Amino acid sequence: MLTAGEQSKTNTWEPRIVAFFCNWCTYTAADLAGVSRLRHAPNARIIRVMCSGRVDPQFILDAFSKGADGVLLGGCHPGDCHYMEGNYKALRRMRLLKRMLKDMGIEEHRFRLEWISASEGERIKTVINEMTEQVRTLGPLGLPKKFEEWDTEMEVLERTVNGKEEAVHA
Amino acid sequence: MHNYEQKEAVRIGFYICHCGHNIASIVDVKAVAEYVKSLPGVVVSCEYKYMCSDPGQELIQKDIHEHSLNRIIVASCSPLLHEHTFRTAVEKGGLNPYYFQMVNIREDVSWVHTDAKAATEKSKDLARAAVQRVFHHKALETKHVKIHPDVLIVGGGIAGIHAALTLANSGKKVFLVERQPTIGGHMAMFDKTFPTLDCAACILTPKMSQVKNHPNITLWTYSEVTKVDGYVGNYKITIKRKPRYINEELCVGCMDCIEKCVYKEGKTPDEFNVGLSKRKPVYIPFPQATPQIVLIDPEACIEFKSGRCKKTCVEACDRKAIDFNQKEEMKEIEVGTIILATGYHTFDAKRVPFYGYGKYPNVYTSLEVERLVNASGPTGGELILRDGRHPKTVGIIHCVGSRDKNTNRWCSRTCCMYSLKLAHLLKEHTEAEVYNFYIDIRAAGKSYEEFYDKLLDENVHFIRGRVAEVSDWAVRSSEEGKLIIRAEDTMIGIVRRIPVDMVVLAVGMEPQSDSQDVRRLFNISCSTEGFFLERHPKLAPVDTFTDGIFIAGACQGPKDIPDSVAQAGAAAAQALTLIDTGEIELEPNTAFVVQDDCSGCRTCLTICPYNAISRDEAKQKAFINEALCKGCGTCVAACPSGAIKQNLFEDEMIFSEINGLLENTPVVCC
Amino acid sequence: MPEKPKVTFYWCASCGGCEESVVDLAENILDVVAAVDIVMWPVAMDFKKKDVEAMEDKSILVSMINGAIRTSEQEEMAKLMRRKSQLVIAYGSCAHLGGIPGLANQFQREEILQYIFEESPSTVNPQKTRPERKVMTNGNAVTLPNFFNVVRALDQVIDVDYYLPGCPPTPKLLKQALDALLSGNLPEKGTVLAPDIALCDECPKKDTKPSDLKFTEFKRPHLVQIDSATCLLAQGIVCMGPATRGGCEGVCISGNMPCTGCFGPTSRVKDQGAKILSALASQVEAKDEKGIDATLATIPDPVGTFYRYGLPISLLRRKNF
Repeated sequence: MLTAGEQSKTNTWEPRIVAFFCNWCTYTAADLAGVSRLRHAPNARIIRVMCSGRVDPQFILDAFSKGADGVLLGGCHPGDCHYMEGNYKALRRMRLLKRMLKDMGIEEHRFRLEWISASEGERIKTVINEMTEQVRTLGPLGLPKKFEEWDTEMEVLERTVNGKEEAVHA
Repeated sequence: MHNYEQKEAVRIGFYICHCGHNIASIVDVKAVAEYVKSLPGVVVSCEYKYMCSDPGQELIQKDIHEHSLNRIIVASCSPLLHEHTFRTAVEKGGLNPYYFQMVNIREDVSWVHTDAKAATEKSKDLARAAVQRVFHHKALETKHVKIHPDVLIVGGGIAGIHAALTLANSGKKVFLVERQPTIGGHMAMFDKTFPTLDCAACILTPKMSQVKNHPNITLWTYSEVTKVDGYVGNYKITIKRKPRYINEELCVGCMDCIEKCVYKEGKTPDEFNVGLSKRKPVYIPFPQATPQIVLIDPEACIEFKSGRCKKTCVEACDRKAIDFNQKEEMKEIEVGTIILATGYHTFDAKRVPFYGYGKYPNVYTSLEVERLVNASGPTGGELILRDGRHPKTVGIIHCVGSRDKNTNRWCSRTCCMYSLKLAHLLKEHTEAEVYNFYIDIRAAGKSYEEFYDKLLDENVHFIRGRVAEVSDWAVRSSEEGKLIIRAEDTMIGIVRRIPVDMVVLAVGMEPQSDSQDVRRLFNISCSTEGFFLERHPKLAPVDTFTDGIFIAGACQGPKDIPDSVAQAGAAAAQALTLIDTGEIELEPNTAFVVQDDCSGCRTCLTICPYNAISRDEAKQKAFINEALCKGCGTCVAACPSGAIKQNLFEDEMIFSEINGLLENTPVVCC
Repeated sequence: MPEKPKVTFYWCASCGGCEESVVDLAENILDVVAAVDIVMWPVAMDFKKKDVEAMEDKSILVSMINGAIRTSEQEEMAKLMRRKSQLVIAYGSCAHLGGIPGLANQFQREEILQYIFEESPSTVNPQKTRPERKVMTNGNAVTLPNFFNVVRALDQVIDVDYYLPGCPPTPKLLKQALDALLSGNLPEKGTVLAPDIALCDECPKKDTKPSDLKFTEFKRPHLVQIDSATCLLAQGIVCMGPATRGGCEGVCISGNMPCTGCFGPTSRVKDQGAKILSALASQVEAKDEKGIDATLATIPDPVGTFYRYGLPISLLRRKNF
């Protein structure tokens, strides 16, 4: 068996990162990164929301379940939220979600919360590059594929039972 | 999930913009257009050189009619730039503007990626997400809010003054709030202005008194904004008026109290003269201070410190204006727009210790020299050094706290020109030899280069090189008792030692030390350096990301007087535009509670920062006041039973975006 | 006499409580028995698989299947019932959401087998014997069903028409469902046969929840003296009510126990656990990471708490190994 990391090298697999950016700070910073031509990895796909507080933990789980290898959430720095406190709500939810993801076997580096202000175009580049490399090292998460495997478990198991491999419990 | 019944089949028009070469040189726009054509719901998919141009917009409108399109997607630049443009175009084509969705493939793709294949694939993903999203779009009504016609201006320097007068002259009511006891700002401290050598006071003080006397301007000096509530058109502002211990209504500025103060001489460093002179506890900042009202400094006044002063000032005041019991007062006002003109702060020269400021008495900052050469300054305009001498040689060091990785990287823009001006004034006042140590002379402005030429003709010396050190370490007898400036003269490639009597440090401009607090108070952003951030560096230089709040002058970045005045005029014009339109369109991205779905669990009530959510006690359900909701969507994410929706950002829209982004994720084989 | 509609009750990975709930219909069960022909009910009647196999496809009006799917036998039987029935109702939390057996999705199959057959405190098995999958007796092969690695809800295995939620469903909801079935007055396919509004709506303690609740600590029910008159969340006890479909009329709440979410989410929610997480965390008082973590640490097992019944149908479905 190849490790996930080795596997990714042998495939043309590229990490897929879904990024939820708040309109006022992080999305603006991404625009600034664009205007400043700060080249970075093409692996993140941004979804714009008005505030990091809009980001429902369901969005993050849904992204993973649809095939994201990483999810990035970007908001204004604490104290700087355009809506006063939305980022604190995001922080509280994500602290718990992070713990829960860990319990669910999703590696820590696959989910990241970052405060990036409108002027930090450089930070967009650093964070996306860094995260892309971390996720690349972890290899694909590939939940949709796993779901398929889980749903056809009977066929797989029956094949092993009726076929040559008798002792599945061995 | 709920099924949204579509009354008619979704018919999508997709347009991908070349943006000249900006997008098309990296993204294969043809391939993206071809690909999108194959997606469900897409009726038209095409590419065009400039979608934001008139022909581009007309193309959309024509297609809406010809192909009965009911959803429009444009893949081009950032929605922050052109979403409004395209929504308007779509509306003109007869479609509700909120059936439009924008895909950012310029700032977010072509400008940041170099791999054409990856950029094209990413563009396809983003386009597919939009295609899936628009299925859930709904017709929405644009919200309008009324604009309160009054304006708050924070900061009474030249920018604030100019903006206030512009607005007041057009008949608008202005509240001008200044933290210091007088308006005038830095400009009031200057002697002459470059390049015309107008006397700063002569051109500024008439404007200051106009402000004071204007019927449309309420001037509150010695006051600070402490609270900002509301939103564009409807701001509620709380202002703290600090006690002057003088009744403003009664004081006429005769200054008898100052003369009769038990202190015969001033003992407190005079702020206006940058500490070069002393003032009494009861004082007026400078002769033309506006308003012409004295104030008492409780830190210095004996009555405040011991309660045992003879209070000769009280005796001296015929009008009984002195009131030791005055308390700080809070004022609440309502305004529709705000202009921030909070100015700048000069670089603290002590941060560059090798230039000797604070160590050698004859090292001055440029602002100190402005006061020294000023006829109303501490020496009446006579240039006497701290050690009592008259300088025969002066060295002006440029870029102190500017263009320097160790302090501030930015160019402060004004130092070259004011250094030239000070060189001229110093020569005029003392006939001294003046040396300028510079990196580059930046004289980009009307008549600025000519002024530089004039200085060259006046035999001012220019040495190109960053100064390494100012010291009193004499190695030759000619250097005894002098300050020695050591610098590389890069024109001739040698290190020079120039002995001088006086050193002037051309200190740069920095954000105000509390600019971060002010920014938070007004809910705007700062750029990396800490200056207030404009909405767009070119197209919206005085707007901020918060509607109805504008910025003018050096709070946005270093600038000289003409630029500050121009920006103040622009900010005033922007405010006027809003006021005269009378209302502003707001994004209809507010949240609402679907009453049938709400269980009345009160989760949302606890988390809305605007108290926009209340509970209908009869129905036992939550209800969102649309006028108070600002559309953050935090309650939507928190609602545990999915009973709250946010217009433009409904769960289904975001889920479909997620799905669209990831749908064709290549399956990795093991 | 016209033929009575055929009905089956079948059980998969479940505790048997759902079977009990049918009996909880009390005297109403007589009406049911009078109105229908029960052709399969392993817990109560002796019918064999081959009896059902012998029936024509779609000849059964409705099969009520409870329990999650975690063995090959259950999958096979579910598929058989589906083929023979016009309607399938996922009966109870396990069939609907995966249920308590679904918590096993936090572990690997081998971990579970090892614990059950070797390590659990009540096991004495020094030889570490495991059941044989296939044993030959008198020339006949006897096989045991396969034990899956993944626990699934019923609709992850077969097409389901309706869901009757609850652990177990209440007699009232069952009665309503049967009435609807027998009258043919059926809602849209895929409907959960309970109100589509969260439990707070019908909670007897609803009025005592403050509008400015902030959490500094979460308390576990067995560690505190619960005030029976007050909203449990207001007492710092994690109650899933706000994120759980109503219809149970607050039976647990009335018994001074918090809602643990057995009715699953409302139709508008994809992931019940994520939603209650979002709601509770949003109301934490602290603003700094340390303070937030300290408050949230008082929820020792977020997965087990927020997905008590719904792990298999949650967005992640199971722990990723």
